Amino acid sequence: MAHAAGAHAVHEAPTGFIRKYIFSLDHKVIGIQYYLLALVAVWVGMILSLYMRLRLAWPTEEFPLVGGVMTPEAYLSLVTMHGTIMVFFVLTTAPQSGFGNYILPIQIGAADMAFPFLNALSFWVTFLSFAVMLAAFFVSGGAPISGWTGYPPLSAVGEVAGPGLGLGQTLWVVSLAIFCGGALLGALNFIATTLDLRAKGMYLMRMPLTVWAWFITAILGLLAFGVLLAAGVLLLMDRVAGTSFFIPGGLVISEQIISHKGGSPLLWQHLFWFFGHPEVYIAILPGMGVVSQILSTFARKPIFGYRAMVYAIMGIGGLGFLVWGHHMFISGMSPYSAIAFSVLTLSIGVPSAIKTFNWLGTLIGGRIRFTTPMLYALGFVSLFVTGGLSGLFLGQPSLDLYLHDTYFVLAHFHMVMGVAAIFGIFAGTYFWFPKMFGRMMNEPLGKLHFWITFIGVYAIFMPMHYIGIAGHPRRYAETSGVEYLGSLQPVHDFISIVAIVTIAAQFIFLFNFFWSLYHGEKASVNPWECTTLEWTVPSPPPHDNFGGHSPVVYHGAYEYNVPGASQDYIMQTSPEKVTH
Amino acid sequence: MAEILAPGKQQDGVGGGGGGFHEGDFGGYGSGPPPGTSRRIYRTGMWLGLLAISMVFLAFTSAYIVRSGLSDDWLPIELPRLLWGNALLLFLSSLTIERTRKALNGGRRAECNHWLAVTTALGVAFLVGQLLVWRQLASHGVYVTTNPSSSFFYLLTATHGLHLLGGVMALLYIVWQAWHYQLGPAKRTLVEVTAIYWHFMDGLWIYILLLLSLWR
Repeated sequence: MAHAAGAHAVHEAPTGFIRKYIFSLDHKVIGIQYYLLALVAVWVGMILSLYMRLRLAWPTEEFPLVGGVMTPEAYLSLVTMHGTIMVFFVLTTAPQSGFGNYILPIQIGAADMAFPFLNALSFWVTFLSFAVMLAAFFVSGGAPISGWTGYPPLSAVGEVAGPGLGLGQTLWVVSLAIFCGGALLGALNFIATTLDLRAKGMYLMRMPLTVWAWFITAILGLLAFGVLLAAGVLLLMDRVAGTSFFIPGGLVISEQIISHKGGSPLLWQHLFWFFGHPEVYIAILPGMGVVSQILSTFARKPIFGYRAMVYAIMGIGGLGFLVWGHHMFISGMSPYSAIAFSVLTLSIGVPSAIKTFNWLGTLIGGRIRFTTPMLYALGFVSLFVTGGLSGLFLGQPSLDLYLHDTYFVLAHFHMVMGVAAIFGIFAGTYFWFPKMFGRMMNEPLGKLHFWITFIGVYAIFMPMHYIGIAGHPRRYAETSGVEYLGSLQPVHDFISIVAIVTIAAQFIFLFNFFWSLYHGEKASVNPWECTTLEWTVPSPPPHDNFGGHSPVVYHGAYEYNVPGASQDYIMQTSPEKVTH
Repeated sequence: MAEILAPGKQQDGVGGGGGGFHEGDFGGYGSGPPPGTSRRIYRTGMWLGLLAISMVFLAFTSAYIVRSGLSDDWLPIELPRLLWGNALLLFLSSLTIERTRKALNGGRRAECNHWLAVTTALGVAFLVGQLLVWRQLASHGVYVTTNPSSSFFYLLTATHGLHLLGGVMALLYIVWQAWHYQLGPAKRTLVEVTAIYWHFMDGLWIYILLLLSLWR
């Protein structure tokens, strides 16, 4: 704890193994810790989805570790845990806390985060939260079945409503509350670091778009996670203290009268989605930052419309707080409210389109280098557009009334916030791996991984739009028993087979990652010929990043192909004069 | 006295409300961040922390207002008069922590210690007062589950109490520093951010009382 004093990485480089790699205060080690936590979490979440696909394609088969044929309730617990783990411990953790922690301080020219001790604390709090979440699998009744959104009364009344709703659900709530604590500490740290620790000359409008994205995401997190925390406390009180915030009166479940009365499940939905919609942008904005960085670098062109990109990030973040009602169109809300939420929702299309067209504008006329990070960045743009377009359907109450709770919604959000954000993480990994670990990842393996994954995710999620339009509800463990769903079964079989192939392809990534750690080609200081500050320091950077002095910044982050310059890019720290 | 109050050797440590810090010295970090950076980031961090806390209470407030209008089972509870006494204690403590801060900045050690002790005592007295309020309500049969209004009463006051407890811990840390003659002007950032936090908890308490008494 004593080392918290430094505040700006004046803490000495630790020597012991524990202080260096486990309880480190170095933002780079903490960034890698977050990344590895997300890597473990994503495999857990992916294996859960594999089991879901197995159940959907072969409903009567027995699979290892399940113990007989999987029950529909067990299927629901997979749905719940897959969603929760992926949203919180992967999509929130890797792009923001992982890459943000590692790269942000270096990109702004700081020696560390503003509060190194809080930084380490926020990681370990998140780690604890993950452990508590996983514990839900191993308690009596198993993991909860109420979905990642944990809607009451199902999530509030206890195990009388189904397996996993006893201790499992309590652990779920507690885990999320702990997670909120860690996320708030992290957000506070990111904002303070960006505001107060920028190097000389690093004006706001010179910051790389990655920094802007992490900064705005941190603001969203600071404002949103407190609300989820409050909602979680209320839910926990309903569960363990006997209050009635969310539980309505007159409930009879499994022939038992529920003694609570007067509460409102809709209250939870409002609180949850006030957090939940910004959360979507917490997952995707860092990916947008990474993609902007990568597209500009490998097109060898300045990012098109830098300021517009910055304002678009702010616009998306700001609007994100005003649209939560579009998750509740079928909750019986006033049609007037629905129209207001709908108009605001559709208006997010404006900043999103600005970003997309600016990305395309960056590419046009560029001398594109098709490296693996570039492929993933292009894949991100593709997925973001595809997933975003279905958002225009769901944002309209009249269409949403039909499509709500169908596979169409599932397809939409998996495309736009799930897989797109994952592509952002892959892009970031292939891009920054040389900086983080001092070695290059294998390019041919990376490209193979990209093409299988890219085609795979389209083959998985495009058909889901169609079965959604055909009226297939979410969360059904099987199509038997509902006549009109029977004809959709072949689509499920197809999706499941593609999913198995795509999941298998992730071993290529895993192999590439760990093989390259030891056997990859040694990385130079700036292998991608990029302009930002992290490419001015050794790979990997020393403990205090800049060797005891602060860099001075002379340029914006996207000086590529500048007429009259000595080479086709100008480092931010280069004093070379540029005439535009 | 001067040597006691001089910035002296660097101290490491973390306080509940503010965290540890070096002031103005970035040991060996020659061309590092300009002087005053440390003070600025701790102030920034504290304000951001207060923003996050505000969001928690905003969410509670919205739940409170919605829940009170939901069904006919809402019976407003009569607020014990002791609550206003507690409010007075907290208000006084805000004044005394300002005296502490000013005395520290002015290098008046005895005065600083005096007001620091008074502030800490007032903080502890407030928490004891809150326990008494809960006991009073319980003795009248008003528990957490008695009515949604009482659920919110306990929720809001307990959440505020927990945050205030954090403030008291920070004050105790400062007392501990003073006890070991390590509280000098070099520690003014620690006292300053703790004071910001403390004033905010004071204001938050007034807000909670107004909410509970006006929105019934």
